[in-house]
Amino acid sequence: MTGALAPVVFIPNFVFCPIIIQVKKHTTMPMFSHEARLKRQAMFDLLFRGLTRISAFGVLALLAAIIVSLIMGSMPAIHTFGLGFLASSDWDPVNDKFGALIPIIGTLITSCIALLIAIPVSFGIAIFLTELSPRILRRPLGIAIELLAGIPSIIYGMWGLFVFAPLFGDYIEPWINRHIGTMPYLGPFFSGPPMGIGMLTAGIILAIMVIPFIASVMRDVFDVVPALLKESAYGLGATTWEVMWQVVLPYTKVGVAGGIMLGLGRALGETMAVTFVIGNAHELTKSLLMPGNSISSALANEFTEAVGDLYTSSLIELGLILFFITFVVLSIARYMLFKLGQREGQAS
Amino acid sequence: MLNLYTRRRIINAAGLTVSVLAMLFGLFWLCWILITLLNHGLPALTTAVFTQMTPPPGNTGGLLNAIAGSLLMTLVGTLIGTPIGILAGTYLAEFGQRGWLAPITRFINDVLLSAPSIVIGLFVYEIYVVRVKHFSGWAGAFALSILVIPIVIRTTENMLRLVPSTLREAAAALGAPQWKVVNFVTLRAARAGIITGVLLAVARISGETAPLLFTSLNNQFWSSNMDQPMANLPVVIFQFAMSPYDDWQRLAWAGALLITASVLTLNIVARVLFRQSATTH
Repeated sequence: MTGALAPVVFIPNFVFCPIIIQVKKHTTMPMFSHEARLKRQAMFDLLFRGLTRISAFGVLALLAAIIVSLIMGSMPAIHTFGLGFLASSDWDPVNDKFGALIPIIGTLITSCIALLIAIPVSFGIAIFLTELSPRILRRPLGIAIELLAGIPSIIYGMWGLFVFAPLFGDYIEPWINRHIGTMPYLGPFFSGPPMGIGMLTAGIILAIMVIPFIASVMRDVFDVVPALLKESAYGLGATTWEVMWQVVLPYTKVGVAGGIMLGLGRALGETMAVTFVIGNAHELTKSLLMPGNSISSALANEFTEAVGDLYTSSLIELGLILFFITFVVLSIARYMLFKLGQREGQAS
Repeated sequence: MLNLYTRRRIINAAGLTVSVLAMLFGLFWLCWILITLLNHGLPALTTAVFTQMTPPPGNTGGLLNAIAGSLLMTLVGTLIGTPIGILAGTYLAEFGQRGWLAPITRFINDVLLSAPSIVIGLFVYEIYVVRVKHFSGWAGAFALSILVIPIVIRTTENMLRLVPSTLREAAAALGAPQWKVVNFVTLRAARAGIITGVLLAVARISGETAPLLFTSLNNQFWSSNMDQPMANLPVVIFQFAMSPYDDWQRLAWAGALLITASVLTLNIVARVLFRQSATTH
């Protein structure tokens, strides 16, 4: 710039010369670079959009890869046992005979026990957090319940094995044996040696783990209910309980069911907590007090020690079954929550 | 026979009492678990825990290699998972209004969000460990990153949706190209929320045991080589807690306290951070 201005000072005749050049620069050069810049920006746009698109596509690819790799891994077992794998209660690594019945039943039973306990408790917690709690306590209590979800599952397992199971075996299981174990129909399911570990213990610990999940979904969907609806019910003289039971719950039932399914999905796939306390016995027993096995705990215990193709691939097929079950359950859950969200969108 | 009015009041009182009891029931377990952890963990938490390697049974030792391995794998897992998660979340919130990709991805992502982590471990075992024929820290970090991605996608999308579209329009009206609008306006506006999501993801993976069992396994010695089996806190806790040796169990409690304390701290920090940003905006 200074170089261009220097001659201007010395030769006054050419004073306008640089200015003309300047004007020319403004009209021609910038046009050119502006177009190039626009083009470059458009290219960046395209690149950036493509990059995000690929990442989103990666999620789909990930799911496909998980399914394909699990199917490939379980091919030997599928070939050898066919559909009989699902119905067979064999688990004999020595003779290479495997069946998935016991772990599948164990997984389903422990999850059902967990839900039976967790659903009413979560409902109570959600009512408390949305309707009863003083405003100051609402947030800290909500966080406390969410912290319960934050505790790693291995901690639940350790606590269950070292603290909960001994107490449960010493005090509660003998009581169950004496009182429920002697009943005519329920009896066989609730009698057995009071060892502390077993399906019932695993179910109870699972319940503690899924309560925060179900409770926080319930709380969120209860918050969705328009205040107008609740206020009209209160205005008509309904009690808090009636408002919850006859207004809020019917309005949110799809979302509540979604939350429950979400909790079920968690319970089905939970590994470490169950592995510690379920007892890992490949036996089919009627009694809930007896040790059993679940898909995830069989995997956690046996996979790294499995010798031989068939053993490994049977375990992978177990994983495939687990993934399939949870996938279905979680899909239903998401669909239900989506439905509720849709209705909310229509209402507003 | 009670009159209707009294009966309704009694039912109401009973229902609400049960609800309070349910709340106490939830808090009871939280307190019990935390107290147990402090009781068993604090006496076991000596300086040796932080300065020595995991010992063979009967010897003194600490958890240094496990702590370092956990930190390293969590870090690498987060570094791999976060960018992918943020990009995909950005697609869902900013570019995915039309077409089939966004709704399906959103759905699949929600399913992956709560997919059993042990299956993720199996998957990485199948595609990586089987190929290279040995357990390794990379496999562990890879498995953890698969757990990070859905969490980050979810929070990124949610946070970007909270950004008012007037901001986007203002930036576009000034002539900013779309990639600049997203990178320098909306993502920046949603930064606090996204950081919260990443912190929650870190909290989640730092306690995960199941996916590491088949991927990084364990290592009794110090190892900073990601291509070798790598010690990590959750698997060490699992192994030591299941063992019959007293000193191993003590170390397991110390590790359990460490993990829980860090996970809960991360959770609380994430929430406080998010709340602060929510109130200042």
